[in-house]
Parts: sequence; C-alpha cells; structure tokens
Amino acid sequence: MTDAFVAFDRVQKSYDGETLVVKDLNLAMPKGEFLTMLGPSGSGKTTCLMMLAGFETATHGEIRLDGREINNIPPHKRGIGMVFQNYALFPHMTVGENLAFPLEVRGLGKDERETKVKRALEMVELGDFAARRPAQLSGGQQQRVALARALVFEPELVLMDEPLGALDKQLREQMQFEITNISHQLGVTVVYVTHDQTEALTMSDRVAVFEDGRIQQLAPPEDLYERPDNSFVAQFIGENNKLAGKVKSISGDIATVELANGKTTEALAVNCGDAGSDTLISIRPERVTIGGAGANVTDALVKELIYLGDHIRCRLDVHGNDEFVVKVPNSAGHEHLSVGETTKIAWAAEDARALDAL
Amino acid sequence: MADMTAGNYTGPAGTEGAAGTLTTADGKPLKAALNAAQSKARWRAFFLVAPLLAFVLFTFVAPIGQLLQRSVHNPGFTTHTDISSGTQTPIMVGLREWFDNNPLGTEPDEAAYAALAADLVVLRELKAPGSVGTRINYERSGSRSMFTKAARRAQKLEPPFKEAMLDLDEDWADPEMWAAMRGASSAYTFNFYLAALDMTRDVNGEITQVDPKRQVYVKLFQRTLFLSLLITFVCFVLAYPIAHLLATLPLRYSNLLMIFVLLPFWTSLLVRTTSWMVLLQSQGVVNDALVGANILADENRIQMMYNQTGTIIAMVHILLPFMVLPLYSVMRPINPSYVRAARSLGATSWTAFRRIYFPQTVPGIGAGALLVFILAVGYYITPALVGGADGQLISNLIAFHMQKSLNWSLAAALASILLGGVLVLYWLYDRLIGIDNLKLG
Repeated sequence: MTDAFVAFDRVQKSYDGETLVVKDLNLAMPKGEFLTMLGPSGSGKTTCLMMLAGFETATHGEIRLDGREINNIPPHKRGIGMVFQNYALFPHMTVGENLAFPLEVRGLGKDERETKVKRALEMVELGDFAARRPAQLSGGQQQRVALARALVFEPELVLMDEPLGALDKQLREQMQFEITNISHQLGVTVVYVTHDQTEALTMSDRVAVFEDGRIQQLAPPEDLYERPDNSFVAQFIGENNKLAGKVKSISGDIATVELANGKTTEALAVNCGDAGSDTLISIRPERVTIGGAGANVTDALVKELIYLGDHIRCRLDVHGNDEFVVKVPNSAGHEHLSVGETTKIAWAAEDARALDAL
Repeated sequence: MADMTAGNYTGPAGTEGAAGTLTTADGKPLKAALNAAQSKARWRAFFLVAPLLAFVLFTFVAPIGQLLQRSVHNPGFTTHTDISSGTQTPIMVGLREWFDNNPLGTEPDEAAYAALAADLVVLRELKAPGSVGTRINYERSGSRSMFTKAARRAQKLEPPFKEAMLDLDEDWADPEMWAAMRGASSAYTFNFYLAALDMTRDVNGEITQVDPKRQVYVKLFQRTLFLSLLITFVCFVLAYPIAHLLATLPLRYSNLLMIFVLLPFWTSLLVRTTSWMVLLQSQGVVNDALVGANILADENRIQMMYNQTGTIIAMVHILLPFMVLPLYSVMRPINPSYVRAARSLGATSWTAFRRIYFPQTVPGIGAGALLVFILAVGYYITPALVGGADGQLISNLIAFHMQKSLNWSLAAALASILLGGVLVLYWLYDRLIGIDNLKLG
C-alpha cells in the first residue's frame, strides 16, 4: 500500500454536506499502470479524478502521490498532466503556443521549449501543425494536441476525463490505440475516466467499476468480464443473462439454487451468501450451448431470432425468464432453430455465477 | 475532388455549351438562369429591409448631412428668407460686390460705405437687419444693435456716406467689423470650425488664437475626452468582476443578479439622475449619513454634486450596464476547463487569469469600452443636471448654442468635430484591436 504511486485512502467527498458522492474510496496504483475508472454518470468517477487533479478537495481521507500527501497542494504544483473532455485547447493561442505554455510557466528557455514542443508534436504525428489555431484542426487532431500538451512537460501521472467522447466511432478506436501506445512507450501512469466499457476493456491494465460512490470491482479487463464479483458489474460489463433464485445448499464451490419456477440448478458460489439467501445467477450468452449435455440442461422456448451475420442471436424463455439470450455461431453444421420450438440448452456450473441479489 | 470548383462542375442538369460556357438543360446560360432564380429572393429580402433603410435615411443620414452642411454654410449675410412666404432674396448685394472687387486689406472707401448704406435700405424694407446683425454678431459681439440702428436711419443718410455712417456709430470704421462682414459675405465658410477650436481670423485674414479669456471649446473638448475615458475606465473596473460573477454563477442566481444590473435600464434616465441628486447633494443622504455617523463634521460636508465628481458618479452608474452586458456575453461561454487546464499545466491562478482567461475576454472589453466611451462623449442630460459649472461636457455647450445663442452653425461645427473625433477613435480601435474582435452579444 505504501509503495503505491497513486493512492486513495478512505476518501470521501460531499458537495452539499448531506449526501456522499464518493463513499470510502480505497485505491492503490503502481507506477506505469493504465487504470480506467468506469461507471455510469453520477457514479463519482469524475469527482475522483478532479480530487486527484486538485480541482476538488476531499471531504475526508488522504490522497497520496508518490508517497506524498497531496490533499492541500494546489493543482499547479502537483505536476499532473490532464486531458479534458472538450480538450480545453486555448483558442487564442496557436498549437505551438498551447504546447509551450506548460514549459513557459515552468521557466524553461526558448530553445529547450522549442525542442520539446517539436518532439511532442512529432509524437502525435502533427509536426507541421505548430502554427495553426485549435479551431483550424479537426476533432481528432485537437485531441492529439491536447494529449501532446498534457505530456509535453513530462509528468509522471496523466489524467484523462472522457477524452474520446466527442469523436466518431472509427476515430475513437484509432485514438484508443494511439493513447495506449504512447502511454506505454513513455511509461507514464494514466488514470482514465470513461463510461464506455469497450474503451475501458481495450485500453486498460486494470478497470475500476464505479457505482454509487464506491468501487464495485477493481480488476484486469478479462477478470471483470469473466469473473464479475457482483451483479452490478455483471450487468454493466457486456451482455448477461440473469436467473433469480434462492440458495438451497452450498457444497465446496458449487451452490445449488432453487429458481423462481421451483426447478434447481447448480452455479459457482461467488457472492451469494449462505443457504437461504436470495441470489442472481449470471451467465454470459456465449457460454450457453444449444442441445448440448452437461450439468445444467434445461428446456428453452425460442421466442425470437435475430440474424447478425457471424452469429444468430436467440431470445429464449428459460426458467420463466424470457429475456434469456444465447449467441449461436453461424458455423458450418450449426443447428437451425425456429421461433416457437422448444430446444435443450446447457451450461457448465462454473460459467453460472451465483451473485448477490440486486 | 476537394479542389473542384463550381466553375468546371457540370452536374446532371448542366451541359457544357460549344463556347465553353455552362448552360442549363434547355440551353440558357447558367449564370443568367441562376440570377433569374435568385432575383425573387433578393427582392423579397430588399423589401424586408426597405422600411428600416428609409427610416435610417430620414432620421440618420439626412440629419447628419444637414448638420455637416450647416457647419460650413450660413447664408445669414447673403440671402434673406421670408418666413411666411419662403421667398429667398439676395441681400447685401452691393457690399458683397465691393468685397469681390477689392482684395483683403483694402481700406473701406466711400464706395464701400455707399454700398453698405444702400444695402441697409434694402434690409429695412425686408425687415431683415436683425438677422443680418446676428450673423455678424457671431464673430464680433455688439454688432447686432449697430445694424438695427443704422438700418433705421439708412433712408435718411446722405453722401458722403462714410462720414454719415461714422456719425451714427464710430465702430463702423472698426477693421474687425469689416473683417467680419467680409468673412460672412460668402455663405460657405470654415469660420465656425475655427470658432469651435477657439480660433478666429484677424483683421488681415490670418488665423489666430482668440483671447485666452474667451477660449472655452478646446478646454471643453479636452475635459469631455478626459471624463469619458475616466468614466469608461471606472465602468470597466467595476463591471469586470460583476460580469465574471454573473458568468460563473449557476443560471438561477445569475438571472436574479442580472435583473439588478438591468434595473437601471428600465428606470427613466431622469429619475435615476435626480435620485443621484437626492443622494449626493450637500444636505443629501450620503452626507447626512456621514455626518450622522460622526465620520464627518457638519461644516465639512463633501461637495459631490454640481462638479465633476457628480458627473462621474452619475454617468458611471447609468453607463455601467453597457459595460456589464458585453463582458457577460463574452465570459458566459468561456468554459471553466480552460482555466483548469492552465492550472493543471502548472500556471498559478494569477497566470491562468492573465494568460488564458483575460485574453479571451478582450473582445467584450473592447465592445463595452467603445460603447460606454461613445455614449459618454455625447452625454447631455446627466452632466446638465448634476455637472454644475465644471462638470459640463461639450454636448451641453452644443445644446446651449442650439437653444440659447441660436448659433446653429457653431453648434453644428462643434458636433461635427465630436463626430469626427469619435470616428478617429473608432478607426484607431480597429487598427489596434480589430473591429472583427468586437463582440456585443
């Protein structure tokens, strides 16, 4: 904990003295990590970023940067680079002047400034754009300039507040790639805020899922998707089928759950409590097989089929839940389903995760 | 593709004619077709602005043209206009002919006096000696009565006319009198501009300064300029923080505060000015409060009215909204993330303000300052009511010449100089800051 580069220690934040926007936040980041704060709007992720940047003060708790408490250090002395949602490029300055600004206020000489600005612009492949005004650049170019400006003074920590929100899909994907590349090349620590889960999963070393002012789960992307800790994370990340029930008994890792329609099924006991407590079982659509055999075989009524080219999305009625989705790969020799027919589906007990009831 | 211009584009409906000009599908030249298609829209647009255009022509362009003309043209010594019939009669014909034939500096001889006497007879018949005398009176005071008196007796004068005239009044031999009459003998003259700049022509026609005791206008122009600049500056200093506060507060509060800023706009100018009189006079609210609080002794009441202080205080109050509104409209859209970005990049809050925030508000400052300054330069009611003697501005003197002395040509010359000065400042502003950077809202 103490050797973490960025640390939040029991941090709380309230704007009005009545409700907590951030509740008991604990987070430790090693140097060089790319961490994403992911969550719906109002979940407290941007507030955390603003506290780290110094634009909001923590109501309680300690924020440490490189072992030093920074709660009372003003933003300009923290040495943290920041990329804003709307880029915040200074409209009255050229691109070159924008990049030179952080160097200028640090008292660097003219020659040194020019070298660094040139290098930073080349890094984002905008070497010829120093004399342009921000308004003369496209959205993607502005984004790159903002990135270059946040990096030009060589900060060890860079914060990004939904930096790709205003770009179209294609550009966004390209920039995701570029941002991860550059940050890994330079070895900077990045805290990235977004509400876009694809962005979070593709870019980050670890993702912190925020909800209701708390981190619900902090894990690498594949863990988050495949091994969600609770129902919120399972719902929020990717597609998810849920079956509500009551825990009947637990033996080892496996819980036997009695579903709403009286049938029982087996699931991995993750976060379901003891026997007798309510639970939600979470099963990823691609982990369900049609007609296969296994521990949990059950009947399913086909309600709807959507043809998506590479796969067919089937909406089924399973155990009384008619929103149960299965993805059937459009491979050679796959089974043809038709609406209204009843078929057998199966999943492994390890792929069904018994989580907390919402 | 990107640099393809409209000129070489032949779309599905366009075909290229033999000579290389573009034509429509049925062979008409494309340009003519385009004009025809757009002319209706153009006419409609013109008719929409026509009422305003006419209004501006009648109420703005025409009066200013007349004003400029009047400042160089005064027919008081050359043409008499009968008020009831409107017929115009040339007057002082003989004397003007004498002036034409005898160059400047010629001693008026018997012929000159004879012509003057004959002209006075005509004036008497036209009942015009008063207006002619007034015209000469502008340049040489005391002349009006000489004309009326001489015209009354002109019929009975007998040669030699020089002695006869001098018998009536010694001053008829005064070279200044003759210089003034020579100056007025042409309807077109720049003498009013000279007078407006405290200058005059001496006996020999040379331009000289008037007697220092009678120099008023240049000093008044200077005072007007100085007070207007001061008022603009004070407005800026007061308005900037208010506008910033309004721009950063949540809309709910800023709308409420905006009402307070706009409240003076909805109150009559006269009411606002007179309420300042209630507050500022030596037996007024402010002085009473200071005396009551024992801050001031009763005999040391501050004179805040009927001097420059009164003019400055009241005019700052009245013109403040004109500074607040453009500043507010420029500040409102400035995203707070600019300052945050500057802070995160290592700038102190002062540097962030100076380098990032302030430069983005310059268009609003320019607009507000220009607006306040131009309004202040021509302000009339407030200085007239609270300005006293040394709080008067040039517009008060223009009003004086319009209403009291009835020297409209001088008033027009003063107003023209004021107009010219404002235009010069506008031009300077354009050179220094650029008019494109002006942002009124």
